[in-house]
Amino acid sequence: MSTWMTVLIDVAVIVLLVIGISLFRTPRGARYGNMTAAVALLAAIAVVLLRNSVLDPVILLGALVVGGVLGTLIAMRVTMIQIPAMVAFQHGAGGVAAFCIAFVELTRSGAPESVVGEVSGFLGLVIGAATFSGSMLASGKLAAKIRQTPMVLPAHNWILSLLLIIIVGLCVFAATAGAAWMTLVLSGVLVTSILLGALFAMRIGGADMPVLISFLNATAGLAAAFCGVIIQNRLLIACGATVAASGSILTAVMCRAMNRSFLKVLSGGRPASRGGSAAVEAKAEGVDTQEKSTRTKRTFEEAMLEAKTVLRESSRVIIIPGYGMALARAQFHVASLANKLEQLGKSVDFAIHPVAGRMPGHMNVLLAEADVDYDKLKEMDEVNETFGDTDAVLIIGACDVVNPAALEKEDTPISGMPILKAHEAKRVLVCNLDERPGYSGVPNSLYDEPKTLLLLGDANATVTELLDSLSARGERKEALAS
Amino acid sequence: MADLALMLLVFALSFGIGYVLISRVPPLLHTPLMSMTNAISAVTILGALLLFAVPMSTGNKVIGAIALVTASFNLVGGFVITDRMTKMFKTHHGAEHSPGDGQS
Repeated sequence: MSTWMTVLIDVAVIVLLVIGISLFRTPRGARYGNMTAAVALLAAIAVVLLRNSVLDPVILLGALVVGGVLGTLIAMRVTMIQIPAMVAFQHGAGGVAAFCIAFVELTRSGAPESVVGEVSGFLGLVIGAATFSGSMLASGKLAAKIRQTPMVLPAHNWILSLLLIIIVGLCVFAATAGAAWMTLVLSGVLVTSILLGALFAMRIGGADMPVLISFLNATAGLAAAFCGVIIQNRLLIACGATVAASGSILTAVMCRAMNRSFLKVLSGGRPASRGGSAAVEAKAEGVDTQEKSTRTKRTFEEAMLEAKTVLRESSRVIIIPGYGMALARAQFHVASLANKLEQLGKSVDFAIHPVAGRMPGHMNVLLAEADVDYDKLKEMDEVNETFGDTDAVLIIGACDVVNPAALEKEDTPISGMPILKAHEAKRVLVCNLDERPGYSGVPNSLYDEPKTLLLLGDANATVTELLDSLSARGERKEALAS
Repeated sequence: MADLALMLLVFALSFGIGYVLISRVPPLLHTPLMSMTNAISAVTILGALLLFAVPMSTGNKVIGAIALVTASFNLVGGFVITDRMTKMFKTHHGAEHSPGDGQS
């Protein structure tokens, strides 16, 4: 009966979790889905506590309170631009929990007798530890505490392979040498795995971060699932597997949105040496032509004046936000500008590229925080059909995701990447900091088109100026009318 | 062996069901989705709690406590932050925009 009860409880928790995840269709549903999942897990904890007498209630309660309070405090304070760093940090915390459990289960007396248990223990330990260090590095990069550019060591792949061989060797030794050596050898495995995760994550940076963070989501889930195998707990296996599935899907979505294979992203930021040098050459070339063209082009004031007229006369405007907008913290001004344009009777949409931001869906959250109506946040496939009927596109801190080179040229790092077709609109206003190429290093040919107005500089200032001009004009109009 | 088969089955089924459910989540909600699945992976807290059901060395108790702290941090933090994020998504349908616009 007891086993049946356990199975029933497990099934009930899983059903609740399934309901929770399937509510993730609309933002409102997601909120209830999140609550449902929270209730499911809290119930599972309550059941475990009721069914098992714990030996150290003080330690247990203390640890739970410390973790819970810290989690709440940080979760309440973090801003939306810090979310990727926070989520990466949590992947790391998940890794720590997993390798700690695996470590204790493997070293305590009466360690898992079965081969399956032991192998899962090693896997949980290695994946958990590597997830921990990889996530900490990712979190540091995302919080701009560490340099964000990818770092590739000489013979990076060889070092990674060597570490893997050492880990496997140590695990085999631990399995055969017996309990006396276990703690020492496992500590060695732990350290090597931490090194492995760090070396793995350091090669990935910049615009590739969404892939890394999604992948770490998957590995954190996988580590949890292996912990489930060690302690033979179905709930851990089921939840871990679901999270692993989620992370895998998001990793695939991000890779597809950049038209890069997962392995290419992992093997060191920019595409291999040949492509890399080609990109650098192209960059140098691009800077040359850009310098020439800016000399013949309008000054900032002239461009701004024309931009104001363009915006006033447009009836359909699409705003394309990129991570540059978030860096300039301009999303609030952009939201005001969108509101103003709507008040003037124009239709305004936001076009969101899947990799805009530093984690999947990040741009949506940033704009939701700035109080932009989520009905206006349009996905790439949906919005791409409408650029032809659009009078003005306003690009704010985005470059690679609107670069026509992705469609027109071959042999560039972004060739074949799906882009937002801003170049199909009648006019294009670019509020970027400068006209340097984006992360890919490919110069943006959109900047050289006659229909493009470059409003270079701090997006905050540029957008504010556009906003002010519309307001002043609006007031004058009202004054004239009355 | 039966245990292994059962565990593999649970893993494969959960991965499959999770895959189907999650591929239907719109990109709009991918960030809250990831932070919620993060909280779900803190189910390892059950494993950490069960460590304390059997006697163990002091060193292992410390490690177990670390597991508890990190897992509860993820669990609570993950759900709270997802709640905050999903609350931010609003739709006004022109309610507070100019009266002439959007009202037909």
